[in-house]
Amino acid sequence: MKTLPTVALLVATLSLSACSGGLFNQNRLDTAGGADAAGAADTGITTGALAPNSVEFFNQSIGDRVLFAVDTSTLTPEGRATLTQQAGWLTTNPSFTAIIEGHADEQGTREYNLALGARRAAAVRDFLVTQGVADARLRTVTFGKERPIEVCSTEVCYAKNRRAVTVIGAGAVS
Amino acid sequence: MIHRFFALISLALIALMAPASAQEPLRIELDNPNIEPLPFAVPNFIAETAGADQYAADLARVVAADLTGSGLFREIPSTAFISGVTSFDSPVQFSDWKAINAQALVTGSVSTAGDDQIVVKFRLFDVFSENQLGEGLQFVGSRAGWRRMAHKVADAVYSRITGEGAYFDSRLVYVSESGPKNARSKRIAIMDYDGANNQFLTTDQSIVLAPRFSPDGNRVIYTSYETGFPKIYILDIGTVSRQNLADQPGTMSFAPRFAPDGQSVIYSLTTGSNTDLYKLSVNGGAPQQLTSDPTIETAPSFAPDGSQIVFESDRSGTPQLYVMPAGGGAATRISFGQGRYGTPVWSPRGDLIAFTKQNRGRFHIGVMNTDGSGERLLTASFLDEGPTWAPNGRVIMFTRETAGEGGSSTLYSVDISGRNLRPIKQGASDPNWSPLLQ
Repeated sequence: MKTLPTVALLVATLSLSACSGGLFNQNRLDTAGGADAAGAADTGITTGALAPNSVEFFNQSIGDRVLFAVDTSTLTPEGRATLTQQAGWLTTNPSFTAIIEGHADEQGTREYNLALGARRAAAVRDFLVTQGVADARLRTVTFGKERPIEVCSTEVCYAKNRRAVTVIGAGAVS
Repeated sequence: MIHRFFALISLALIALMAPASAQEPLRIELDNPNIEPLPFAVPNFIAETAGADQYAADLARVVAADLTGSGLFREIPSTAFISGVTSFDSPVQFSDWKAINAQALVTGSVSTAGDDQIVVKFRLFDVFSENQLGEGLQFVGSRAGWRRMAHKVADAVYSRITGEGAYFDSRLVYVSESGPKNARSKRIAIMDYDGANNQFLTTDQSIVLAPRFSPDGNRVIYTSYETGFPKIYILDIGTVSRQNLADQPGTMSFAPRFAPDGQSVIYSLTTGSNTDLYKLSVNGGAPQQLTSDPTIETAPSFAPDGSQIVFESDRSGTPQLYVMPAGGGAATRISFGQGRYGTPVWSPRGDLIAFTKQNRGRFHIGVMNTDGSGERLLTASFLDEGPTWAPNGRVIMFTRETAGEGGSSTLYSVDISGRNLRPIKQGASDPNWSPLLQ
């Protein structure tokens, strides 16, 4: 599952290119507070929440990835919940495209894992389309076992490597 | 640039009488399960011109390394020699070689010729029958290609004693790996079969996978992510120029191999969630779809006569091996053992199929008859995969990867008997063995 730190996220306002109108969107991610307590006063960095229409919000607050069981491309209930939110974000932010990367753990041959990664990416793409995202905004790619994010050779790492990651395109659809 | 010395070696018979022998000839039977390495001696070659000195010892060392590396021969070190060889044409003192139990003796000479050439001669002797084995041979080639001439000598010795085809004068194309496991850099590289003369054919800017030689050994087909998506490229080794195999927009393609005639390629193409096998002429045109199943079909490999294709599919629920006609059609499952099977590769002799097997958390390289019978596992480790055949169909090379954060890939070779497992190249994966060079 995607991690959303409970401490405040420090975000330089200048980096938020998605923020329109010049004013930083001050919506809190976590209304339980603590976002102001990170001691940012002297850093020159504004402490605040991510703008809901930002790519950072998509990646960190919604979660850019879903995980799969061994040798499957079936979406889990948890994965479907994440993808439902992803679809919502994509619907709200229609100018963005996405590439969905399918990955496998290192168990299995290179070729089979490429095909398996393609299945996982397609499963995510198909779900997003059923949720109303236009097919033309989505592309899939498989990396097989070529790009693990975790490097140990146990199930703890394998579980995180069996993933499909929705990478929001920097460029909007023209 | 790649040196173009490979085409320059010529071959000539030295007319020398090889007396007929009444004795049993010197022989290694590769199918004997209890092979004892055959003791041999290779004295330094005789330098017959001044400029040839630098090659005299090196040629003998490469010949010895080839023979020893095969696991079938054991070298007797020069420190044990009773007499040396002082002239290529002087009679061999067989008693001196018998005394140190050198069953085979290889003698050679080297001389320079012209600006750029060397001439290498050799003879092979069966010491205990006191006979020359086969005719003396002479190789003429560029100095830069001196190692190839040593490999040719070793190939002749290997063939004469085993009665099998040779494999030392050959090359490997593979993926050179560097960097951490989660951001590994990969480059296509080519080297002699023994790791010498390594050269890179691509930069490390994009992921590259599974290069395979064309049947003539002059081109390499591989998968690259240089567009961000897996696509197939054909690279000319001599010019290091490459072209993208024609593909359909929005698809991904990988696992390519040439047909035995070099005129077409087979590969996996993924549309949506589905991966099927396709065939495409190297001259373009429309791809021919060979399988149309909703399951994964990948890792295709032609039979050497071009009539059939062996491939991997999970249509039964787990990855298994299947054989179908080269034009597609009904496929026959050939793997029925426990576990998951992948990356089948047809032997150049046509008699066996090598494969990767995954069972109970371990990986194996194995071979089976082309109908699936007679399965033999040759290796076992955390991760072995992707076998490739030596030109004579007697040796297999593959990738072995170690576990964990510091895990890395190394090329290993092993005989089809399971003997002589040994590392060939570290930081390397996806080997493909060339045909015997001409």
